[in-house]
Amino acid sequence: MNQEAKAKPRMPDEVGVPDPFPYMHPVMKDNYGNWDWHDRPRPGVLRHVSKSGDVIYTVRAGTQRQLDVFTIRRLADIGDDYADGHIRFTTRSNIEYMVADEAKVAPLVEKLEAEGFPVGGTGASISMISHTQGWLHCDIPGTDASGVVKGMMDMLHQEFVQEKMPNRLRITTSCCQINCGGQGDIAINVQYTKPPKINHDLVANVCERPVVVARCPVAAIRPAMVNGKPSLEIDEKKCVCCGACYPPCPPMQINGDDSTKIAIWVGGKHSNARSKPTFHKLAVANLPNNAPHWPEVKEAVGKIVNAYKTDAKHWERMGEWIERIGWNRFFELTDLAFTKHHLDTWTGARKTMNMSAHVHF
Amino acid sequence: MKDGDSADGATKVGDKHPTPHLDQLEDGPWPSFVTGLKRLRDEGAPSNQKVMNDLLGQLNHSYENRLGYWKGGTLSVFGYGGGIIPRFSEVADQFPESKEFHTLRVMPPAGFHYTTDLLRQFADVWERHGSGLIAFHGQSGDIMFQGCTTENTQIAFDELNGMGFDLGGAGPALRTAMSCVGHARCEQSCFDEVRAHRSLVNTLLDEMHRPSLPYKFKFKFSGCANDCVNSIHRADFAVIGTWRDDIKIKQDKVKEHVAEKGRKYTIDTVISMCPTRALSLNDDDTLEIDNRSCVRCMHCINVMTKALSPGDDKGVSILVGGKRALKIGDLMGTMIIPFMKLEEDEDFEKLEEFAENMVEFFADNALEHERIGECIDRIGLPAFLEAMEIEPDPNMVNHPRTSSYVRTDDFDEHAAKWFARKAREAGMDVAAD
Repeated sequence: MNQEAKAKPRMPDEVGVPDPFPYMHPVMKDNYGNWDWHDRPRPGVLRHVSKSGDVIYTVRAGTQRQLDVFTIRRLADIGDDYADGHIRFTTRSNIEYMVADEAKVAPLVEKLEAEGFPVGGTGASISMISHTQGWLHCDIPGTDASGVVKGMMDMLHQEFVQEKMPNRLRITTSCCQINCGGQGDIAINVQYTKPPKINHDLVANVCERPVVVARCPVAAIRPAMVNGKPSLEIDEKKCVCCGACYPPCPPMQINGDDSTKIAIWVGGKHSNARSKPTFHKLAVANLPNNAPHWPEVKEAVGKIVNAYKTDAKHWERMGEWIERIGWNRFFELTDLAFTKHHLDTWTGARKTMNMSAHVHF
Repeated sequence: MKDGDSADGATKVGDKHPTPHLDQLEDGPWPSFVTGLKRLRDEGAPSNQKVMNDLLGQLNHSYENRLGYWKGGTLSVFGYGGGIIPRFSEVADQFPESKEFHTLRVMPPAGFHYTTDLLRQFADVWERHGSGLIAFHGQSGDIMFQGCTTENTQIAFDELNGMGFDLGGAGPALRTAMSCVGHARCEQSCFDEVRAHRSLVNTLLDEMHRPSLPYKFKFKFSGCANDCVNSIHRADFAVIGTWRDDIKIKQDKVKEHVAEKGRKYTIDTVISMCPTRALSLNDDDTLEIDNRSCVRCMHCINVMTKALSPGDDKGVSILVGGKRALKIGDLMGTMIIPFMKLEEDEDFEKLEEFAENMVEFFADNALEHERIGECIDRIGLPAFLEAMEIEPDPNMVNHPRTSSYVRTDDFDEHAAKWFARKAREAGMDVAAD
């Protein structure tokens, strides 16, 4: 009986979402729901003032998101030595230290910078790139995530630590077309360019064929007998190379060392401020996946960032700026090509066309 | 630390794999995760060192060949059906120590608050039972404890669970939710995000731990229309703070703003940028707001943080159906509940009940691998509203239908319902009641 009790596995304690109050900075806890206004004394620093008169300063710094235990302990030590022992993370993997005493702000900023964590990412800056897992952990990646993001943030570092863009500029990357990185002012996403290559020997054993057939958005996959084995075949004229069949059926390899390309999209916006939220739109496709440095991608992103920075008005986001100047001028200013592939062909495409006599010259 | 000299990926145990591609990611001003992985390889706990050497080898191999080498599988902890992302290496013959590199998705405290002690405890657990690598956070909002063997998965979970932490969602299930910093630090927050976040997810926890929905279902909570957790794009069920009464104005602060920034600049960046032309700058540099035309977009409040703030009659809007490309194309959440109060216990109970009904509807009616937004597209919004017992509202649309292809012979009946509802809202007696 004892042995039986010992062998019995532990049942999980279904605690759900943990209560954050035990971990929250005491000033934030005391003033929960009672804040009055905020400002930004310098890039990377927020000051929030409560109706009670309490003040909390936040110092925001960039991290590599994938943190080794040494870095975690170093960040914790900084929190103990220079802040009040509380931290939080933003949705873009920046770390935030909160301090109640203004005198602690400057030494904290100095320490973070000395330890290699850039202080910034607030206001009209380029914050950390929201990204995915890539070759480090994903089962279907077309490229890496943390690696290429590191290279990209090295290039954009200056725009992270200062607030000199017209408005905030949010960049995302995604290592396949499922686009876990999400919408962005600039989205840098894998774009497959060839139909999947099927390993017919494996399909029957690995894939639930009806599921795979159902997964295709353009009905290009059908069951077939190949070399006497049940498999699948693709109508390559219909195939839009989206990769949707690859996760449920890994023998339908969508990635190729040369056929997996990068596309850059612009004008996505989450916020409802001024204009309604928007999806990002294609700027350029077929850039080579030259990790780790992505020189061709960096060049195109650099052109887009510079054009926006130079030409947009204060508070205009990327998409709002393009709406004002028109796509004609966008392609002119960024020196990118407008092609037939920029014309949408998916359901609802007609509503993306210019149904007016409005023309930008 | 000089890397090994061997030119190919396969080296003897104890040697370090050469990582020429990754070595290029250590310079530059941004923090390098490669430097972190190498430190685990060189100075980490003995078990972490072995895993990290082979992980670095495999990652460099991916850079070399521009291909990924992980495959999925099935793995869970006792009592649960999801929350672990299994990863088995396809090149384990070359990199055996990282052949199992699973991720535990763990739900963080709502709003991503931590103490430094908690961070250290996480680091200690993961040094002992995992690879020593933790990501803060994944795109759904999980802490990702990366790099666990199959054997250690249960051990690591038991320890984290004992600390009061639970697995998040994976597969066709309720997913980990996300909420903005909100009430904890933001004056623009219009509802108690922590309470809403915790009460909805914890009410539906069974759907997270034992995946049996048609596909994923995500909640996100943003305190205002700035939508800092990207809920309209990324959540099936987006809860966004708003208010019904007037924007609060401190006119002396408006004047200070104009004096500091200039009148032209204020007009260009505040008045002219109002999406509904609801703002006007008076001759004495005070602000006039046409609150009935205001859509609560947050722009003017974002610019004049000291002068303007949301009104007092706060609540939430609920938008349903946001998702990315698969399968019918991108969808944003669309307005389903333009306003509901969320202050008293009964308000939260009402929200929980509404969310439970929707998840139940989703479970019963969506096709396999169909998100709720796609389901609504397939059956039409009227059918969805009828099932959810919600009356149509003009705030649900950009404009009424433009197509005449619709049968309207019961129009009068529905118009009568509209007028009865309006009368009830105005506090008048309705014959049908």
